[in-house]
Amino acid sequence: MTDTATTAGRSSPITIALAWLAVGIPLAWGVSQTIIKSLALFK
Amino acid sequence: MALLSFLDRERIIAHPGYSRWLVPPAALAIHLSIGQAYAFSVFNLPLSKLIGGTTSAPGDWQLSTLGWIFSIAIVFLGLSAAVWGAWLERVGPRKAMFVSACCFGAGWIIGALGIRTHQFWLLLLGYGVIGGIGLGLGYISPVSTLIKWFPDRPGMATGLAIMGFGGGAMIGSPLAVTLMNMFKASATHGLAETFIAMGIIYFLFMMIGVFLVRIPPPNWKPEGWKPSAAQQELVAVRQMHVSEAWRTTQFRLLWAVLFLNVTAGIGVLGQASAMIQEVFPGRISPAAAAGFVGLLSLANMIGRFFWSSTSDKIGRRHTYMIFFALGALLYFSVPTVGRMGSVVLFVSLYAVILSMYGGGFATIPAYLRDLFGTVEVGAIHGRLLTAWSAAGIVGPVLVNYIRQYQIAHGVPSAASYSTTMYIMAGLLVLGFIANALVHPLDQQQRAATRPLAA
Repeated sequence: MTDTATTAGRSSPITIALAWLAVGIPLAWGVSQTIIKSLALFK
Repeated sequence: MALLSFLDRERIIAHPGYSRWLVPPAALAIHLSIGQAYAFSVFNLPLSKLIGGTTSAPGDWQLSTLGWIFSIAIVFLGLSAAVWGAWLERVGPRKAMFVSACCFGAGWIIGALGIRTHQFWLLLLGYGVIGGIGLGLGYISPVSTLIKWFPDRPGMATGLAIMGFGGGAMIGSPLAVTLMNMFKASATHGLAETFIAMGIIYFLFMMIGVFLVRIPPPNWKPEGWKPSAAQQELVAVRQMHVSEAWRTTQFRLLWAVLFLNVTAGIGVLGQASAMIQEVFPGRISPAAAAGFVGLLSLANMIGRFFWSSTSDKIGRRHTYMIFFALGALLYFSVPTVGRMGSVVLFVSLYAVILSMYGGGFATIPAYLRDLFGTVEVGAIHGRLLTAWSAAGIVGPVLVNYIRQYQIAHGVPSAASYSTTMYIMAGLLVLGFIANALVHPLDQQQRAATRPLAA
């Protein structure tokens, strides 16, 4: 159990990246939708 | 049941080599889902026209009635967190997350049945009660796990998860609109189908968290990490159980701190759209006002991560001092800024206020950990969330009542917000005093029953 995982038997960096992408992509989509909608405020 | 044995606490103790950086996405999968609750209002208008179609018809649900769904969900969030917090500590985060996903998913499906049969009580039971229990269990389930995995940065770790709750509305709102448009030809104008789809989508998304989460073995700490002198001074040297913690003055003061911070913020959030349109008449369209509400949600989300991470550096007490002192000053300035006519300044001011509202939620678990230790911090946090339930009722009632009273006495609607803001500033001053009175527990108050890293 470490900060980073590199060797066999450890959490693979790909797994870590996929886990972050799984939550990051929907969040980024939501944030982008919010910013697009909020532009109307400054028109 | 053997089939569900993968949920057992013993099965999720991390093996050597497990990266603790898998725990924040697990927590985010849960919080981004249940954070949808903040966007429930997107359904209110369509639900009020179920029979009429384009306009409300006799027999359609009133908007004021529909408002109860969100309120009940928040009440059950607080109650379930308080009641099942100790159970969560016993069974571990995976089982709690699984039950949360089942409740939240089932809440949508039962709600869909309520829509299809036009039975309000079913909708309230589904999304409000059962879904609300899912919210409460989901909200607290990853918190103590994150604190145990990140003893060096507990504020940042819990801030990351609780940031997800703030961000959930930003995903939930456009997702709901997209689904309603997709199914709009149905008998319920897409509402029942949207509820079913969202129940399934959120259940599956929450399963990502269920499968990823692990707990650290006893006595685990990050490689090479030694708590600094400042960290050692802050952190409880003994662990306190929830049954003892909630009887302490410190717990009551923190309850007041959370209650006052949330009461001030939640009242403003509920009125944000109407407020900006009335303060700047003719300059802000309803679409622009919706953009304002979206920006506030963004500030709320960013504040959760920013302020809780900052609290790792400057301490929880100082962080809340900033929330209350700066918050009171900003609330007090709102009426003047409104009169000056600067939309940008008005929006910026509210963005900072809402960032501190979110920061208040995200920093409180680490504050509890500092005072009461890590062993039952999830359960203690659960009990403290009853402050949120109380504020969820008091905040909007207080704001609406003050406003109605003033308008009834001839105050113009734009000016009616001034008194509300001054009262909110007053609440934050009370919060400042409550926070100033929070001091570490003395040795005698701490239950000397378990070692620190249990």
